Amino acid sequence: MSRVIEISGLTKNYGSFVAVDHLNLSIEEGEIFGLLGPNGAGKSTTILMLMGLTEPDEGTVRVCGIDPVTHPVEVKKIVGYLPEDVGFYDNMTGLENLAYTAGLNGMPRKESLERSRQMLVKVGLGNEMDKKAGKYSRGMRQRLGLADVLIKQPRIIILDEPTLGIDPAGIREFLDLIAQLSKKEGITVLFSSHHLHQVQQVCDRVGIFVKGRLLAEGNINSLAEKLFSKTAYTVEAGISEYPEEKSPATVKVSARKVAGALKKLKGVVSVKDTDHMLQIECIGDITPEIARTIVQTGAGLNYLRKREYGLNEIYYRYFEGGDTDE
Amino acid sequence: MKFTIDILKEEIPMSKMAHQAGSALSNLVQLLSLKKKDAAGTRPVHPFRVMVRKEMADHINSWRFLILIGIIFLTCIGSMYTALTGLQKADTGDAENAFFFLKLFTVSDGTLPSFFLFIAFLGPLLGISMGFDSVNSEQNRGTLSRILAQPIPRDYVINAKFTGALLVIGALLFALSILVIGSGLIALGIPPTAGEFIRIILFTLISVIYISFWLNLSVFFSVRFKQPATSALSGIAVWLFFVIFYPLILNIITRGLQPSPYASERAVYLYEKLKFLLVQVMPNELYNEAVSTLLTPSVRSLGPLTIEQLHGAIPGPLPLGQSLLVIWPQITGLIAITTLCFILSYTSFMRKEIRSGT
Repeated sequence: MSRVIEISGLTKNYGSFVAVDHLNLSIEEGEIFGLLGPNGAGKSTTILMLMGLTEPDEGTVRVCGIDPVTHPVEVKKIVGYLPEDVGFYDNMTGLENLAYTAGLNGMPRKESLERSRQMLVKVGLGNEMDKKAGKYSRGMRQRLGLADVLIKQPRIIILDEPTLGIDPAGIREFLDLIAQLSKKEGITVLFSSHHLHQVQQVCDRVGIFVKGRLLAEGNINSLAEKLFSKTAYTVEAGISEYPEEKSPATVKVSARKVAGALKKLKGVVSVKDTDHMLQIECIGDITPEIARTIVQTGAGLNYLRKREYGLNEIYYRYFEGGDTDE
Repeated sequence: MKFTIDILKEEIPMSKMAHQAGSALSNLVQLLSLKKKDAAGTRPVHPFRVMVRKEMADHINSWRFLILIGIIFLTCIGSMYTALTGLQKADTGDAENAFFFLKLFTVSDGTLPSFFLFIAFLGPLLGISMGFDSVNSEQNRGTLSRILAQPIPRDYVINAKFTGALLVIGALLFALSILVIGSGLIALGIPPTAGEFIRIILFTLISVIYISFWLNLSVFFSVRFKQPATSALSGIAVWLFFVIFYPLILNIITRGLQPSPYASERAVYLYEKLKFLLVQVMPNELYNEAVSTLLTPSVRSLGPLTIEQLHGAIPGPLPLGQSLLVIWPQITGLIAITTLCFILSYTSFMRKEIRSGT
């Protein structure tokens, strides 16, 4: 594995506003990296600097060893970039749009048409290729955008908010397509989003980006462990009745008893009991043991709900303070 | 072209700008030197060529362009008709029949302006309409960032916009001129002489330069302004300013400076010279002077002349070289302002922040 993207000390200011603040990041070949952050965190600016479309004020960027500031054209040959709000020429068909991009990459006319056709079939637009791009739905445009990125056979693809405005089913399909292509063709993917679930779904590694700084990076589990080292899981247990339930007073006693039994389990950090509901915080997934223990005490177990710490929690823990504007 | 760039280098001591303009020129040369079209489509095509082809296709397919062509075509037919009827009245006993064919472009029977006046009037509109949304609409639609992510130098975008539009304008104007020559040939029954033909071709070339000045100006506005409507309006505002308001302002200024009827000859001469110089600022005036001199060989001078200068002159048409000498400053000026506008739009495009939407 080699590092295909290396960023060190990257800084970009817009007047007094610091868009990217001494960013260090490296991405390895073949991985899917998710750049996660609220709007205005500097994700797009970072991507533009990677592509050589904006010049950094400080720091260096290397894409496959090439400096995009001095050799932007070489970088653009190996990097496919899908901009945030990708647009196509509405008066041209999907195929023509794609063939135009192929032509800009120096492909002969005949080959570019052929390759565009194959690519459109690959991204699932085989039946719509002769429709005007202006008539495409948002999801179709995004697929066309992906085809547009892939037509130059890139080593790296950078997708800026690729799932914006697509419906949930479309998002899943789109992300699966990206993951599949990345695995099959060994393409490195850098993908920015402010949507946590999507990033969680496909990314190997995630970087959390706030106010131009990379706060944390790693895979999702390691991030969760880092942040919630003691309480990675919370299990909520609902109890319908206790064996000796007679009055509210005895309920409290019984609840405490069950809680005491649970506390003896390995991995349980704390148990909060509130009459008919128990909140068990634990390290590792020990839900089956919890269920067994509760049943053994003779209490009537109504439901068990496992709460996993996903990016949502990570996200809110980091971004709390109202930076998210959506 | 090289000559004017040298002039501009002196005016704007920024070697970078000159260098950029130079690279724009080398792109043009590159395009022109490419071998002829590959019919089978199996040879790699230069990306710049692909872009220019697309720009031209966009222009030719757009409704805006078709409407303008329609208007220009109709007015040209109209002016041709009036020229022909005007010529029928004038041809008897005219001493200057040597350049009879050129009158097709300049004469009118008074109901409609002549051909070259129509081009002077509609040319700016054509140029502005072809350029005003060239950059900002691409940025608003989000196609600009996608195109710039392809392995092409950034200036290809603006150069292709300019080259594509220039080729379309050139093809259109040459077609029009040749059509006028052809129909004149049929209607009059006399072929143009070689001198007349060269004059007509030069007239067309100057018209192309004039229209590309307005094109570059509106491309510049389209780089500066985000909304296509704003840039279209700014282009039209500049045009209206030069056509209507500048002459008005000029009138007020020169009236204030007018010497008394008893002033010395030298004062009157200086006054006339100043008036002439102030008029030269207008691109439309530069064009009108250049073209009317070219199409009317009897015009001997554009500025004021003293009696001594006129002394001993024999009225008669000037040869082509002399006519060109008379209008050389105007031609140079036109090329200079066109190049200046191109450099302005070029540099502001190169420094533009490329972000789609928002």
